[in-house]
Amino acid sequence: MEVLLEELEGVLVARVSGELDAQNAAEFRQKLEHGLLKSGALNLVLDLARVSFIDSSGLGVILGRYKELKPRGGKVLIAEARPKVLRILELSGLFKLVEVCSSVEVAEEKAAGRAY
Amino acid sequence: MAKMGNYLNTMSLEFASLLENVGLARIAVATFASQAELTIDDLEEVKVAVSEAVTNAIIHGYQQARDRTVSVKAQIDAENLLVIVEDTGIGISDLEKAMEPAYSTDPERMGLGFVFMKTFMNDLKVETQPGQGTKVFMTRWLPVRAGEALPQS
Repeated sequence: MEVLLEELEGVLVARVSGELDAQNAAEFRQKLEHGLLKSGALNLVLDLARVSFIDSSGLGVILGRYKELKPRGGKVLIAEARPKVLRILELSGLFKLVEVCSSVEVAEEKAAGRAY
Repeated sequence: MAKMGNYLNTMSLEFASLLENVGLARIAVATFASQAELTIDDLEEVKVAVSEAVTNAIIHGYQQARDRTVSVKAQIDAENLLVIVEDTGIGISDLEKAMEPAYSTDPERMGLGFVFMKTFMNDLKVETQPGQGTKVFMTRWLPVRAGEALPQS
């Protein structure tokens, strides 16, 4: 599991690859938390194009970030998730909380408040 | 792919209660199950169910103790894939409550393990004894039997 972080203005973009399960949930969380703290970003874009597996442990990390950012006026956006990942997101109810985008570019625009 | 007929194939895997081994369980069951006539999508769903059950055994059953043993068995017959995940951990004191989706006090955990197991397998049965352990039986109907489809993607 790898997380590559990019700081844009007010937005942290995390490019994630590998499998997101209980084994690396703690590491996944730590990297995102560190990135958010360091950047001061309120909005998080998760590029999940290279995520090949996710279960409820991985989803929990996403939900945890949503719970931290939402009260501060921030949001979490998911971009380029594979169909099986989208399916899990949908079944978990996270669809109602996070915004799902088809591309990272669109997600970045929406995160920055430049939605079209 | 080969027709299974009434032929029974079985596998049994035991491993230390380390989260590093959850992926091993997923891939072992998926590889074993791939000989039955399940699609790639079906196998991905089975992997999630296995992942949830094994994670539960380690995190809840064994409270993340690293020196215990989780057992994963699977068998295929003409109509079903049966996966059994077992631990000899603390067991579940209120099974009905545990099976409900819950937002637990830990903001990072979603309490969706059993919900996903139920969604991605056709049948789920849990045997548990507080202080003794938990045994989860998950059945996925093979296409020849699956007249009633799982939710379509």
